[in-house]
Amino acid sequence: MVEFHVDRGSGYPPYLQIGQQVREALRLGWLQPGDRLPTVRDVVATSGVNANTVLKAYRELELAGLVEARQGSGTFVKASLGSAAPEDLDPLREGLAKWVAEARSAGLEDEDIYALVREVLSGGAQ
Amino acid sequence: MSVVAADVSKWAVRNVSFELPPGSVTAMVGANGSGKSTLLNVLAGHLPPSSGHASIAGRVAYVPQHKPMYRSFKVADVLQFGRRMNEVWDERRADEWLTRFKVPRRLQVEDLSGGQRTHVTLALALGSRPDVLLLDEPLAELDPLARHKVMRELLTEVNDNGMTLVFSTHVVAEIGGVADRLLLLSNGRLLVDGDTDELLEQHVLYTGPHASKSPVEGPVVLAKHGRSQSSYLVRSGGVRVDEPWTARYVTLEELVVAHLERAA
Repeated sequence: MVEFHVDRGSGYPPYLQIGQQVREALRLGWLQPGDRLPTVRDVVATSGVNANTVLKAYRELELAGLVEARQGSGTFVKASLGSAAPEDLDPLREGLAKWVAEARSAGLEDEDIYALVREVLSGGAQ
Repeated sequence: MSVVAADVSKWAVRNVSFELPPGSVTAMVGANGSGKSTLLNVLAGHLPPSSGHASIAGRVAYVPQHKPMYRSFKVADVLQFGRRMNEVWDERRADEWLTRFKVPRRLQVEDLSGGQRTHVTLALALGSRPDVLLLDEPLAELDPLARHKVMRELLTEVNDNGMTLVFSTHVVAEIGGVADRLLLLSNGRLLVDGDTDELLEQHVLYTGPHASKSPVEGPVVLAKHGRSQSSYLVRSGGVRVDEPWTARYVTLEELVVAHLERAA
């Protein structure tokens, strides 16, 4: 079961934070089509966010075609995101963990790492 | 449809007007002396407005900041007092709140810690099954962990019982995702009234070379100029900007501070 973490002080609206976490869970295969998202009440009780925030997040995911609300039984994952198979992800994750450890020991902070990843992804600094 | 409607002037509070829908959670924010407590007192019906009106549909419970209770009462007596003074009373709901926060029933009010007194007044307020719950600085005497837990439980009450919640607070960094509505008061005036998500999506901070004019269209909330740099907080709705300007969204705290600075 996914659990949401909302950064209250962030400038990124909380309902979008929840949407992003669902998308990430889909990409990483933690959520699969057919899985049920936690009920609104569960999210309120565990994460301490407003029910309207959760409803808004789920509605946005529904509009994006990723989940569907079934009357009376909850909200279910409809589509998956990302094309990689879980067995392909594992070695990549391991390789990345090794790389991150190296970067940290070279003194890079998280923000430096994000900046570097963005730069490489965009094909810059060649 | 609204459950709270106000158009109020009272002492320093002038022409403050808003409506809140049922089931909403509203954070009232402002400096000391900005009129939050006066406004809550008028909403609760404890003070008559000097002009205008305030109306609430249904039962109201109000917990003032100083949490008035008889000091010699035991916690159990406070509950009994609640049972006798309220026409509608949910003993279980009040009792569960005290159990959840481990408040000893046999202690006298004067021997309780500030945090425990908070829990007793909240138990009393919830026991009266309010449709609208008004809280003045409810989290002020709680440690950070308890603040989070109390908010979580209050939001669960909102979700389960359709209650409408209005609370005042100084700690803007804790209202993201909690409050869906922000009322920002300054010197008795309503500076900002809006949906918290929409406010976050509207306000963008643009930083770039020194410039006497904002790089984008839209109302400028605050402009700051350094020797070689300028920054503009603009209610632009997220308009993009060309190099060398950069744009980023701001936090609720930055947004509130900017509006207060502008009003000062």
